[in-house]
Amino acid sequence: MSDASQAMTAAGSPLLRGAYTYASITDKIADLVLARRSGRAFWTALLIAGAFTLLFIVAVSYLFATGVGIWGVNEPVAWAFAITNFVWWVGIGHAGTFISAILLLLRQQWRTSINRFAEAMTIFAVAMAGVMPILHLGRPWFFYWLVPYPNVMHLWPQWRSPLVWDIFAIATYIIVSILFWYAGLLPDLATLRDRARRRWQQVGYGLLALGWRGDARHWQRYDTTYLLLAGLATPLVISVHSVVSLDFSIANLPGWHSTIFPPYFVAGALFSGFAMALTLAIPLRAIFGLQDFITPRHLANMAKLLLACGLVVSYSYAVEIFTAFYSGDRFESAMVIDRMRGDYAWIYWLVICCNVLVPQLVWLRAIRSSPLALFVIAALVNVGMWLERFMIIVTSLHRDFLPSSWGHFTPTFWDWATLAGSLGTFALLFLLFVRFLPVISMSEMRRLNEESRGIDR
Amino acid sequence: MSSGNYGLMAEFGSTEALLAAVHAARAHGYRHLEAYTPFSVPGLPEALELPRDRVALITLLGGLFGGAGAFFMQWYAAVIDYPINSGGRPLNSWPAFIPATFELAVLGAALAGFGGMLVLNGLPRLRHPVFDTPDFHLASRNRFFLCVRAEDPLFDSERTRAWLATLAPVGIVQTPATGTERAR
Amino acid sequence: MFDLPPVIDRRECMKLMGAALALGSSSCARPPLEQMVPYLSTPEGMVPGEPLFFATALTRAGYAHGVLIESNSGRPTKIEGNPAHPASLGATGAIEQGRILELWDPERSRAPLDRGQISSWASFNATLLDPAAPWRRSEGEGLRILSGRVSSPTLLAQRQRLLERYPHARWHEHEPAGRESVYAGTQIAFGRPLEPLFHFDRAAIIVSLDADFLAEEPGQVRYAREFAAGRRPERGTMSRLYVAECMPSLTGVAADERMPCRPSEVATIAQQIAARLDGSTDDRAHPWLRAVVADLRANRGRSLVLAGAGQPAHVHALTHYINGALGNLGSTVEFIAPGVQASSEDESIAALARDMHLGRVDTLLILDSNPLYDAPADLEFASVLERVRLSVHHGLYVDETAQACRWHAPAAHELEAWSDARAFDGTITLQQPLIAPLYGGRSAHELLGLLSEERSMSAHDAVRATWLQRFGAADFAERWRAALRLGVVEGTAARAELVSAPTLPPPPDAAPADSLELLFRPDPTLWDGRYAPIAWLQELPKPLTQLTWDNAALISAQLAAQLGVRNEELIELSIGGRRLAAPVWIVPGHAPGAVTLHLGYGRTRAGPVGSNRGINAYALRTSGAPWYAHGLSLRKLPGRRSLATVQHHHRMEGREIVRSATLATFRERPDFAQRESERQQPSLYPPFPATGYAWGMSIDLSACIGCGACTIACQAENNIPTVGKEEVLRGREMHWIRVDRYEESDAAAPRSHFQPVPCMQCEHAPCELVCPVEASVHDTEGINVQVYNRCVGTRFCSNNCPYKVRRFNFFQYSRDEPHLNAQRNPQVTVRMRGVMEKCNYCLQRIIPARISADRDKRRLHDGEVVTACQAVCPTQAIVFGDLNDPASAVRAAKASARSYALLGELNTRPRTTYLAKVVNEPQEREA
Repeated sequence: MSDASQAMTAAGSPLLRGAYTYASITDKIADLVLARRSGRAFWTALLIAGAFTLLFIVAVSYLFATGVGIWGVNEPVAWAFAITNFVWWVGIGHAGTFISAILLLLRQQWRTSINRFAEAMTIFAVAMAGVMPILHLGRPWFFYWLVPYPNVMHLWPQWRSPLVWDIFAIATYIIVSILFWYAGLLPDLATLRDRARRRWQQVGYGLLALGWRGDARHWQRYDTTYLLLAGLATPLVISVHSVVSLDFSIANLPGWHSTIFPPYFVAGALFSGFAMALTLAIPLRAIFGLQDFITPRHLANMAKLLLACGLVVSYSYAVEIFTAFYSGDRFESAMVIDRMRGDYAWIYWLVICCNVLVPQLVWLRAIRSSPLALFVIAALVNVGMWLERFMIIVTSLHRDFLPSSWGHFTPTFWDWATLAGSLGTFALLFLLFVRFLPVISMSEMRRLNEESRGIDR
Repeated sequence: MSSGNYGLMAEFGSTEALLAAVHAARAHGYRHLEAYTPFSVPGLPEALELPRDRVALITLLGGLFGGAGAFFMQWYAAVIDYPINSGGRPLNSWPAFIPATFELAVLGAALAGFGGMLVLNGLPRLRHPVFDTPDFHLASRNRFFLCVRAEDPLFDSERTRAWLATLAPVGIVQTPATGTERAR
Repeated sequence: MFDLPPVIDRRECMKLMGAALALGSSSCARPPLEQMVPYLSTPEGMVPGEPLFFATALTRAGYAHGVLIESNSGRPTKIEGNPAHPASLGATGAIEQGRILELWDPERSRAPLDRGQISSWASFNATLLDPAAPWRRSEGEGLRILSGRVSSPTLLAQRQRLLERYPHARWHEHEPAGRESVYAGTQIAFGRPLEPLFHFDRAAIIVSLDADFLAEEPGQVRYAREFAAGRRPERGTMSRLYVAECMPSLTGVAADERMPCRPSEVATIAQQIAARLDGSTDDRAHPWLRAVVADLRANRGRSLVLAGAGQPAHVHALTHYINGALGNLGSTVEFIAPGVQASSEDESIAALARDMHLGRVDTLLILDSNPLYDAPADLEFASVLERVRLSVHHGLYVDETAQACRWHAPAAHELEAWSDARAFDGTITLQQPLIAPLYGGRSAHELLGLLSEERSMSAHDAVRATWLQRFGAADFAERWRAALRLGVVEGTAARAELVSAPTLPPPPDAAPADSLELLFRPDPTLWDGRYAPIAWLQELPKPLTQLTWDNAALISAQLAAQLGVRNEELIELSIGGRRLAAPVWIVPGHAPGAVTLHLGYGRTRAGPVGSNRGINAYALRTSGAPWYAHGLSLRKLPGRRSLATVQHHHRMEGREIVRSATLATFRERPDFAQRESERQQPSLYPPFPATGYAWGMSIDLSACIGCGACTIACQAENNIPTVGKEEVLRGREMHWIRVDRYEESDAAAPRSHFQPVPCMQCEHAPCELVCPVEASVHDTEGINVQVYNRCVGTRFCSNNCPYKVRRFNFFQYSRDEPHLNAQRNPQVTVRMRGVMEKCNYCLQRIIPARISADRDKRRLHDGEVVTACQAVCPTQAIVFGDLNDPASAVRAAKASARSYALLGELNTRPRTTYLAKVVNEPQEREA
């Protein structure tokens, strides 16, 4: 607990503001779920998210009925929005795992009050990501042919295809994320069970709590498990986006076929993830009055990580250009020049602006300490990262080896509908999570409280 | 000799108090002790002298199984069961098998670890005698409970209660065994 | 043809959503149901499941092209060239390939129409036989018949009989893309109308004055073969082709030295050549001209000068004079009797229109002709037609003319009826029906039999009658059967007429030099518009512009700059008081002083496929100036019209895609196409055993003329759907073998290269590596096969294909329509929505051959398996075969020093390779 107090003094603002007791922490967080009535802000948000979810359903139904032709995809640009969304959503998931797992291993107490919702963000983002590749299939109703299972055709997946690696990576990632999340929730579910007054809450949370009773032996095994899961999630999170990046770098396409992709993609993933975490945390603490738990210091730390990832991403951009010309590969260099000066040049420069220039503002303390400024920056980075994925996928495809087959991609209404719809669905899931589960881990906050003060009045 | 009694619980308000009580109880010779806390209290397992848990071992086995299984599946499918020329690559193109192998290793480990934790903890178990203890709902909020089990050789409800009182707990309550019966 | 409406209306959307929700996550689509024509009585020699081939002929503008029709269980499904036929030699053009779709077209007319109302053949007969008709009492006064060019001996005989019986009746001929000027030219030169025959394989120097003999001249397929035969670089000798033309044609692209010029300038050029033959040289002359004259004089008797049908008679006369002076007559050019009544002026459509206007026409029978659409605009055919009492249209479709006529009678397709037809060289083919008329149509023979009240009305009897006379009763049966089996009537090829070298014809009146000219050309795929309903031909990219589903005002970049217009922007063409708005398309190499319009578009009654596409050039075409006109004025209009091209970029960007060199370079370094970096690239992977057959293909870029026949042959063979203009605009065309065109050197007059690109069948196929479901895998014979029913449609394979030869069914493109289904090749799966497809070396042709070979325990001979593209190629540019067979032609081709792999540096190890292009440029250009 000494390192905790050091961490305390080291950082300017505390991790927990005001005088809190085990009881008051518990009550404040639990009551968000059990007692508090959802305000108008919540309902409007839910309504909007619901509307976009509906749009998503419509878009998907129409897609299944007619075919992927309703999108702008063509030859040569056979991948576009769906895969862009996929990569982007997976990336967003990564920050959640990073915060909850890696920071846990690094004994960073400040993760405590943000890991819960960050993990939720991970799960919903990966869920959205998981849907996209299925939607983009020509015959989506056969998506399970990518999974190894005994079948009458006596066929197996083609193991050399990165898409098959994807299936394993994404499936593992979402399962492990859910386990990790649920493990963290167990004690809190028990708390909710014990504090619930309404019958359905008692039964519901009671069932989910699996009869957790806080026995010291259980806590012991629980701690080991939680640490192990964190230890497993850490390499996992690195591997997942590396595998995603292999979807591209395995191909021989100029602009895809590059060895820098795995680290490049992982950095980009965390980059967009922290951006999304900020975009969610800042309104969250405002709406639910969690300023004491999610303090400016949390925001500042996340902003610093954002900046760090941003720098790695910028470096990757630079290296990509360098290797294109250093390699002397005329296809590569032509691709880079096309990115900067071709049909999609505006996207490239927008990406540079959002992902390289804007984050530099975080160097300024004033910016770091202003939630509004951080919110804007994070939002811009989100956009920038989506555009980056789009740039990597589309601008590489639209001009490849044979000029005779060069083409152009223009998104249709249904491309946009799918993207907006997935955002809406994500938002809806997140709102429901906020309403029905504690957004901050109570047991860990109690322990944090214990460690940072060790007193109870 | 447990006469329809699960044990006696002393209720404390702080971790220090609990830890002190645990040490005292061990010193006094009680062996069948249990502690219930709203969060994982550092030092408590040592105080209770709990054995090392075996979660890590189970996790390791799960990981090994997952990884080995995954690689074997790919090798068997690509080389034995359905050998086919794909892109002119060798049938056993092991480098391409590594990603799935790694992922399944992690998955196996995670599932084994989490599952093992639940099994070793005897969870899920929705009904347990301690839940019948008055005030026990505070064990998930801000109270720390020390329970002396009735099967402890030194246990005698009167003397134990008197002894516990010397630890200046917030309160002392009895946990009926009926819960266990009903659970069975 | 599949056109998704650009916007889906609310009802449609709700309907689809409903369907989607109803079907839920379970399969939302089923493979298209294949319906076969029920098949009752087995013809003789029929083995179920095995196709039969029948020899017959298809005509274009009256010229026969011998073909073999593949018939599956009685369904004609595919057209192949007839090796025994002089015009085919086993190959066909793209249009002939498309005719099979015309046969099955569900839009064809299905019943006689009386004033547009469905009527019966009985009442139709009654109308024609009506004894009260004035012309029957006045020896045919007022009876007129209008037809296209007629070369059928039987029909000519029937015409003879009719005109004998009704002397005052008159038969008019109308071909929108006619060859009057050719006959008029020989008239001037030799005093009689003659049909020229060229021998390009005998010519060392070929000078084409606006003559697209590779695409438009009758016998163009044969000519292409002979032309290519004279240009095999390995043979040492290679002919040299000079072309002077306005709009770049296939011949122009094949030219070693091409000069863009206005159509009217061709005459001047011809005169200048003629004038310089005696050796008078002046250095002020254009270098092109100097080179031409020098080469011609150096190759007397081994040179050939020809003019296109679009050039006036005196230009033709000049070419005959030049050939005469060079002693080419009889060696590289011969003349035969046309074999058709050379139509005099008063048998022209102009005369007919005049008489109609004067009310001299009582009954007009229009045989398979569409004057309301394609008659010269100044004849006002629509209005004069109203003055005819009884107008009867006989044709395949209820077209523009059918709409305007009192009666319409559905015609039987050429593949549905008995007839006979004459090829460009006079060879006659008996046309036999492959199937009973699908829509109850009748042939022209039947109509004429009816008209002249002959005893039998059946076409079969009419044709037999004709040939009974020719063959004689003695051995009629044998000769008849032999002619049918072979596809040609032996010994009918016309004998060359003896002609003496003509004198220099009088100089024509010079054209106004500085006036903008308008050039008309038959459309490369729709010809004069009669093939507009054929979706395959609509979607076949036009060789130069790569446009589909549309024509446009084709102009040079220079003229476009003057007008300040870019591609797809609208301009107004006005000439002789007639106006037409057309989108612009810039054609590099087009002469600056002219605008080219392709005929055949802007049809209003050509079914859903052909109607309301492009612009109608006939609106500006007058009988006075059928091919080009002076005094064109242009005006930029607001707005644009999107045109669907399949290739947006024509520069190679320094990538060695098409490798070419001059003949001189080739002689110094035959291996100019080889790259050290591409030889023996290392690989981490052990090779897979390639015992047994190893299929491979080699495509000779020197031979390829870019006609696109391979594309359509492939489409017909492999059940490839068309997708429609909207989808092509989105970049979703489906052709398995496409013909790319690249430009080199200066933008004003670039050298173009054609490059057919099928699947390369890479040994290290990038597509296979990334397919997650083993839908794209390699078979033991080296073919990169696509397993349609396994494909889930990730499209990763397409992304990873450097050649972008994979095609994806973004929608359910293959229509489930009984007649179209009946046309399909039963050996080839019809792909459903969401599935990737591509060339597989006509696997469905390899397997049956291999099976039969295995059955009699032998290896396949070279040439026993022929892919559809290889079979159809007029120049035999495509060679396919077994690489493990040391004697195979493909192995020889790959051994050539010119052989190289496309994008070889990627080390994908393609089984399809190319032979680099060699051009025979004049010396001074190389110096």
